[in-house]
Amino acid sequence: MLTDLTLAEASAGLADRRFSAAELTEAHLAAIAALNPRLNAYITLAEDSARAEAAAADAARARGEAGPLAGIPLAIKDLFCTEGLRTTAASRILGNFIPPYESTVTANLRRAGAVFLGKANLDEFAMGSSNMTSAFGPVENPWKPRGDAAAKLVPGGSSGGSAAAVAARLALGATGTDTGGSIRQPASFCGIAGIKPTYGRCSRWGIVAFASSLDQAGPFARTVQDCAILLGAMAGHDPKDSTSADRPVPDFAAACTRSLKGMRIGIPREYRAPGMSGAIEALWQRGLDWLRAAGAEPVEVSLPHTKYGLATYYIVAPAECSSNLARYDGVRFGLREEGTDLTQLYERTRAAGFGAEVRRRILIGTYVLSAGYYDAYYLKAQKVRALIHRDFTDAFGKVDALLTPTAPSAAFAQGANMDDPVQMYLNDVFTVPASMAGVPAMSVPAGLDADGLPLGLQVIGRPFDEETVFAVAAAIEREAGFDARPAIRAGVTP
Amino acid sequence: MSLDPATVRRIARLARIHLDEAEVPRLQDELNSILGWIEQLNELDVADIAPLTGPAQMALKMREDRVTDGGIRDAILANAPDRAGEFFVVPKVVE
Repeated sequence: MLTDLTLAEASAGLADRRFSAAELTEAHLAAIAALNPRLNAYITLAEDSARAEAAAADAARARGEAGPLAGIPLAIKDLFCTEGLRTTAASRILGNFIPPYESTVTANLRRAGAVFLGKANLDEFAMGSSNMTSAFGPVENPWKPRGDAAAKLVPGGSSGGSAAAVAARLALGATGTDTGGSIRQPASFCGIAGIKPTYGRCSRWGIVAFASSLDQAGPFARTVQDCAILLGAMAGHDPKDSTSADRPVPDFAAACTRSLKGMRIGIPREYRAPGMSGAIEALWQRGLDWLRAAGAEPVEVSLPHTKYGLATYYIVAPAECSSNLARYDGVRFGLREEGTDLTQLYERTRAAGFGAEVRRRILIGTYVLSAGYYDAYYLKAQKVRALIHRDFTDAFGKVDALLTPTAPSAAFAQGANMDDPVQMYLNDVFTVPASMAGVPAMSVPAGLDADGLPLGLQVIGRPFDEETVFAVAAAIEREAGFDARPAIRAGVTP
Repeated sequence: MSLDPATVRRIARLARIHLDEAEVPRLQDELNSILGWIEQLNELDVADIAPLTGPAQMALKMREDRVTDGGIRDAILANAPDRAGEFFVVPKVVE
């Protein structure tokens, strides 16, 4: 089936004229028509423009002008502004927003010839770890626990729709964004690969902002190499984002075949959290054995401030969110609820437009930035952030990359962890520190738990050394031989 | 530090988010639970540490001071919830 191909295989098939971009896109649109009503992975479908883009890719190929992603059908997280195509951030407040401009990352993908199938579901404004906070309804994880076909699990979050779409073969790859784990945790929950590159590797211009010092775009795909191909097309300097790095984009795909001989891989002892599940601890150990077999040397290292990562994150991210989301005022774009005066218009618009989790984070952020509390909370968090950053700098003086689990559990049931925000936040315990430090980190599927649900391992690298991350993740992928597939996927409806 | 109902209302006012009185107790509990959990940072002495504002440790680039964009009034107004000609419309703010 065309939908089962990897992105690299599909590119080769298109180049060899074994099938057309039009056929490849139709196969995916048919799969979406069959499964999206159930999975809810896409908020907005773009069938007509996707067909036109596929036809344009076929025409470009006929002229000998095919770009590196010509005719490759992708899902785009509905946080990337797409010109003329509704962009909601999964919020009522942007429910009817049609961007008059294109984000830099999606413009780069379009220039490479990609086809956009539609806009993928997410937690509202990318705030969540379950996709349950979307104003457009939850996403169903296509994986089922063994012997329980009726169970509805979350795909993780915030990029839950992107991850579910790629896992269920409703796209060959997808874009995501990661602020505290929003690419890596859903990749782990859905049995696919996903990378958050170094902060600054991809332009943030045109991505709906959540926490600007943390937000970073990255790809999802079913293989490490496919992620490398996608990141190569997404990345690059952009004068419109002053934090985007002016450095050359390496050949990430070539890095996937690099040898690990002589490489030192750090095992941070603080990630061995009390109460860690046996399956995850065993998988982590197996990951180490695989890397040793590939010629790398495991080294125990210490990241002493790991335990403070989450608490620091839940000051910094809400503070930045409360500032960024101040722009949603019901005046220039988005939802408006009328009021008798301007203040009432603002207050009613924002109460009606934002969901519970977004309101909670805005209020926390407003409080930690308010007069009298700024030093005690926000400034303190920035200082702890400096310590977390230093932990990574010290560790990378001794090792080339770090290996950890991606998440503390496999996918959980829809509705679980909903009544206690702190319990939900704990999902990001292993992913947040790399976000705070801005270093690249990737989740690669490595095995199944006792219930047959996928688990990922996380590879963390030095700033702007995604190549080593890809090399290590590709070695794990080869050694793990992960070939399990979700119960619900294109062509299979149990 | 624990938030009382008056502080919850004050923060909501600062954030320009309308709160129904019935929402205050639940929100107070949730915010206090989050802030209580954050208190663990008090274990650390960070007096001599310089704060880190973000991971992009690079000098900001300079660019030529010239207009590179603009003339897109209609695109900017296209998503306005209420407009009159070239203007956004809001409730009267000056009597």
